[in-house]
Amino acid sequence: MQSRRDARRVKPPPFGYHAPGSVEEACALLASLDDPKVLAGGQSLVPLLNFRLARPQHLVDINRIDGLDRIYERDGGVAVQALARQAAVEDSSLVARVCPLLGDAMRLVAHRVIRNRGTVCGSLAHADPASELPAVLLALGGHVVARSARGERTIASDGLFTGVMETALAADELLVEAWFPASTAKYAILEESRRHGDFALAGVVRAGERLALFGVAPTPVLADASDPTRGLQPSGDLEATPEFRLHLIRVLTEKALAA
Amino acid sequence: MKVNGVDRPAPAEPRRLLSDYLRHDLGLTGTHVGCEHGVCGCCTVLLDGVAVRSCLMLAVQGEGHQVTTIEGLAQDGGPLHPVQQAFHECHGLQCGFCTPGFVMSVVGLLQKNPNPTREQLEESITGNLCRCTGYASIRRAAHRAAELSSPLEGKSGPKGRDRGQ
Repeated sequence: MQSRRDARRVKPPPFGYHAPGSVEEACALLASLDDPKVLAGGQSLVPLLNFRLARPQHLVDINRIDGLDRIYERDGGVAVQALARQAAVEDSSLVARVCPLLGDAMRLVAHRVIRNRGTVCGSLAHADPASELPAVLLALGGHVVARSARGERTIASDGLFTGVMETALAADELLVEAWFPASTAKYAILEESRRHGDFALAGVVRAGERLALFGVAPTPVLADASDPTRGLQPSGDLEATPEFRLHLIRVLTEKALAA
Repeated sequence: MKVNGVDRPAPAEPRRLLSDYLRHDLGLTGTHVGCEHGVCGCCTVLLDGVAVRSCLMLAVQGEGHQVTTIEGLAQDGGPLHPVQQAFHECHGLQCGFCTPGFVMSVVGLLQKNPNPTREQLEESITGNLCRCTGYASIRRAAHRAAELSSPLEGKSGPKGRDRGQ
């Protein structure tokens, strides 16, 4: 039996829980509920709930939707659906063949056990400025597909990230798929972190001639390879000063260009 | 939800974490809780055979799935699971707080990939923190676990592993 004391051992704040069985049902819930949040892998959202940094009124858990975990070839690139786990993308032979940059990036995202559950689309929608996958999407010039009860639209990578953990996705939209163009040209993803698997102090993604930086601005940013730190004003914290972050960008860019 | 092969009642509240459900509702306190934001790895369990953080899942998300905890690896009084045996042989623990998480991470890897590369094996435990051992003996234990679990080496390892039971 559960004691009163045990019953109070809940970390997340209260929320309404919904587990739709289809994308249509999920979109209907997102359209009708007040202050909903999509729960996919939960590897970023659940920590925020546990610390009560996020207090959504409703969680729409999409994990019960069948057929939303495909990784497939589309328009010469790789499409990754909303429930494709990062570990599956990491292990995908299609990704290794068509977009090896994405496979390389995956090994820098947290740890394998986190990637077993975490999703690529979830990382993009979460839009942590120090995370790898938004910068990979930006460097490659990919896009995401957003679905809502109002219809479907495509959001290009350069219009997706609008601020720290903020995107152009509307509250009633579900990010159903991300599309990564093929990375056939020279590519590299390099980052510096205090420990393997930590968020990067600073990082660089090169896809051919395009260079995207992460960890040094409120969103991932495109940069000019000849002067990668121009206009950057990274923040400083206990782990790295702004000057050190700029230094890292210069060094990592040099290495990425040599790749 | 089946936990270690036993049908268990649905959690009372959606906001109950899987880790708290296992510990407080089911009394399966072998799953330890450290940081509760996915960093320390102590709460690692298997969900349908795949290693996941139980503190980053709602218990309701386990409905219809199979959860395996450290208690599900060996029968009481029976032989240890090969991964447990390896940690025992190699002194891969000191205070033991982190051990269930390390063991479940390695079990998860070896179930999917019985012949991992050195890199895959070490990557599998990078997401777990230990504050006692300095990791050297844990790395040795992980490599020994792969030896004991390998079909070729199985003869010299302990018998009665419970995979598939």
